[in-house]
Amino acid sequence: MTAVEERPAVEVGKARKRKEDRRLITGRTRWTDNLAVPGMQHIAMVRSPVAHARITSIDVEEASRATGVALVLTGQDLADEQGSLPNAWPITDDQKAPPHPAMAVDRVAFAGEIVAAIIARSAAEARDAAELVDVEYDELPVVLDLEAAAQEGATLTHPDLGTNVSATWVFDSAEAGSGSDVDDAIRAAEVTIERTYRQQRLMPAYIEPRSVLVDPTHEQITMWSATQIPHILKLMLALTTDTPESKLRVIAPDVGGGFGGKLQVTPEEVITLLAAKRLARPVKYTETRSENLMAGHHGRDQVQRLTLAANRDGTVTGFKVDLLADMGAYLGLVTSGIPILGAFMFNAIYKFPSYRFTCTNVFTNKTWTDAYRGAGRPEATYAVERMMDELAAELDMDPMELRRKNWIKHDEFPFTTVAGLEYDSGNYEAATAKAMEMFGYDDLRREQAERRDRDDPVQLGIGISTYTEMCGLAPSRVLGSLAYGAGGWEHASVRMLASGKVEVVTGSSAHGQGHETAWSQIVADRLGVPFEDVEVLHGDTHIAHKGMDTYGSRSLTIGGIAAFRAADKVVEKARTVAAHMLEANRDDLEFEAGTFTVKGTDKSVAIGDIALHTFAAHDLPDEYEPSLDAEATVDPENFSFPHGTHLCAVEVDTETGATTIRSYVCVDDVGAVVNPLIVEGQVHGGVAQGIGQALYEEAIHDESGTLVTGSLVDYLVPSAADLPSIATDRTETPALSNPLGVKGVGEAGTIASTPAVVNAIVDALRPLGVSDVPMPCSPYRVWQAIQTASDGGQS
Amino acid sequence: MTQIHVNVDGVAYSDDVEPRMLLVQYLRERLGKTGTVVGCDTSNCGSCTVHLDGRSVKSCSLLAVQADGREVTTIEGLSSNGELHPVQQAFHDTHALQCGFCTPGMIMQSVDLLAENPNPTESEIRVGLEGNLCRCTGYQNIVRAVQQAASSGGGGS
Repeated sequence: MTAVEERPAVEVGKARKRKEDRRLITGRTRWTDNLAVPGMQHIAMVRSPVAHARITSIDVEEASRATGVALVLTGQDLADEQGSLPNAWPITDDQKAPPHPAMAVDRVAFAGEIVAAIIARSAAEARDAAELVDVEYDELPVVLDLEAAAQEGATLTHPDLGTNVSATWVFDSAEAGSGSDVDDAIRAAEVTIERTYRQQRLMPAYIEPRSVLVDPTHEQITMWSATQIPHILKLMLALTTDTPESKLRVIAPDVGGGFGGKLQVTPEEVITLLAAKRLARPVKYTETRSENLMAGHHGRDQVQRLTLAANRDGTVTGFKVDLLADMGAYLGLVTSGIPILGAFMFNAIYKFPSYRFTCTNVFTNKTWTDAYRGAGRPEATYAVERMMDELAAELDMDPMELRRKNWIKHDEFPFTTVAGLEYDSGNYEAATAKAMEMFGYDDLRREQAERRDRDDPVQLGIGISTYTEMCGLAPSRVLGSLAYGAGGWEHASVRMLASGKVEVVTGSSAHGQGHETAWSQIVADRLGVPFEDVEVLHGDTHIAHKGMDTYGSRSLTIGGIAAFRAADKVVEKARTVAAHMLEANRDDLEFEAGTFTVKGTDKSVAIGDIALHTFAAHDLPDEYEPSLDAEATVDPENFSFPHGTHLCAVEVDTETGATTIRSYVCVDDVGAVVNPLIVEGQVHGGVAQGIGQALYEEAIHDESGTLVTGSLVDYLVPSAADLPSIATDRTETPALSNPLGVKGVGEAGTIASTPAVVNAIVDALRPLGVSDVPMPCSPYRVWQAIQTASDGGQS
Repeated sequence: MTQIHVNVDGVAYSDDVEPRMLLVQYLRERLGKTGTVVGCDTSNCGSCTVHLDGRSVKSCSLLAVQADGREVTTIEGLSSNGELHPVQQAFHDTHALQCGFCTPGMIMQSVDLLAENPNPTESEIRVGLEGNLCRCTGYQNIVRAVQQAASSGGGGS
């Protein structure tokens, strides 16, 4: 790590209220759907109601003649120019993938796929005309079940591909040299636990539906999109549609949540771009919620076959993971790599000596899956944390005791894991001790015993999740080794304006994370200027010309550090001017609180005055470039590894199956904290989404491949009344891979909370013979598990 | 087309509207009141919540013609003379928003809730906001914001 000058943290660590709030609480927002350009036309999409079919004919005659309709497009019209939507992560050399047209040309492979588009004067006219398009389908057999699709001889999602298997990816610790052979460990084990868990399909359900507006002037094409990734989108659109990258400008204005769901290059973006080009007029598309749920990418959807090997004293000796991952019908931007992000996390905080991970990616006739908050890591954490509880039950050990026996101890860092990652820092003991005290673990265990003794119909369960995650995606060389199509750096520039105010430009693209506030705090400290004097700009490829955008808890650990480094470069430039102004040597200057002082004298000059002096440029050192601007591009040295201990107590009514979360405590260690208010908010929201997976959410298709949970009536995004208040606290073990010691916090809560809740439910029911409840643990599923167990069967 | 007369955020409007036009479409597309947003189409998410004659309604489940002769307040009409409404202030103070898309609806519903019940318990707040979905905050700080607005006594409209 490059040496960094220590400066007092005045702003960093302060619970600053957010700069970005004012427009959001007064309604002066710039969501993409709020924007209008003169002459703007509107698109309505015609989507396939069937999951797999040949398109035999599309009659657009009547639609074309409808009032206000400027253009009707079918897949045939776009076939030569739409290219194939990008998959930037071919995980193996022989990965199989079907062509992925933005608009289906002659065959549809999931219900919701776009088959035609109407472009009209108003959204209402476009939608009216869409009703007039007559599409005839010759239906083909569908394959929907992930396990069935993986079998030899299964119905094919894409007949031309000849298989439903896209790729198989393996990590073996014996082959990698990071551990021993897992099969040997299983053979020698005193205890083995075998389980199969289902990670149900989820939908990101950000509250702002996706929207895109394209304005093609002849010189340039500007796209506004509700996206997390304006920079990646710009490059991918250029490559996909054969548009010169330099002619494209992508703007992510206010963006209403993403959670990975807006980390995509969408068919709608490509179609809107092509329609606007063809009409030479601005065109806007805004999806309905049902379109969003049907065709916006989904998340999770894995079957996990797991074997944990251990000694009777509780020492785990090996973990074997066999995954099936449902791609849906196509590979999106990083679809195929999502399970691989989990491959390094199944060993979590533990010192497992052997490990093998095998993942088979499988196509089915459903909406494609891709990133959703945590992306691979929640699935892995769920698996290992559930298995640790199962092992504890088998050995009749306290589940926390079992974890303690296996986790990496504070004095053992840095620690190279069996998955080959080097964990730089962590203190699982400290976070756990704090959480146990806040939770009142021993008292709750006593109450649990009492309820069990008296056969209380309402049983108490305690769930533990001692998680870690890999954040800060990602060191470019690691991405390269995993065959990801790009690097993991981030860019920032800092410029001192003549008046002493500061502009920070970040390539990271916020959509609720609070970059404007946090980056201001970081740069204010480095430059010694007031927080209020810093303005943060982002989300427009003309303003932020370089960037890798926002996902994978990467913004602060990479983008924030880029702002930090750029600010330091500004200080070094200013030092040269200050030395000239003060007639001193650079080395004799001290920089503190925004002022350079000649050591041992009272001669000083403030950075704001240096900015004006540099701007005027009348009297600068020879050959000094008159500028106080600087850029930095940061490629992370390592991932960061936040961790924490989440504890959940649930009451389960064994007569109705209803689960109530009685208390939820989490102590997270996300390293140094720039803004505790923002960190706490991220934890709240993350925990809520993880609870959503545990208790409420599941995307369900019927036997024909129609999405049953196609509106927010059926897809249960938790409301305020469904969620508990949670108690949060922190320990702070700094990351060693960056100068601020920050680790990232965006996904922690989601990764941690799902197994905490399900472990609690199973713990409540274990005396009744229940050892698992499939997610989401609805009252019916819980009740069913109890009935099955009491009938003497396996739950 | 049907003619309607409606007062929105203190300004009188007369407009011809299609009978099928939703109130939220009228606000956004005809009046440019884009502070009020659409999140779902099925009246589940509450992002489009406004006040009609002082009571909260989901403007996606009302026709524009139903607002004829009535008074509508949107998020853009809540603050006066540059002074934030106490509920807006409380949302800012307690970090009750992240992406902010649900926020206008959430604030309008919170104002209504406090008008009806100036001193709600935590559980009354949670139930009172049940019809408004937020995906970012886990609601915890939204509950805090309503509590702060209640204790400042300025929550009522």
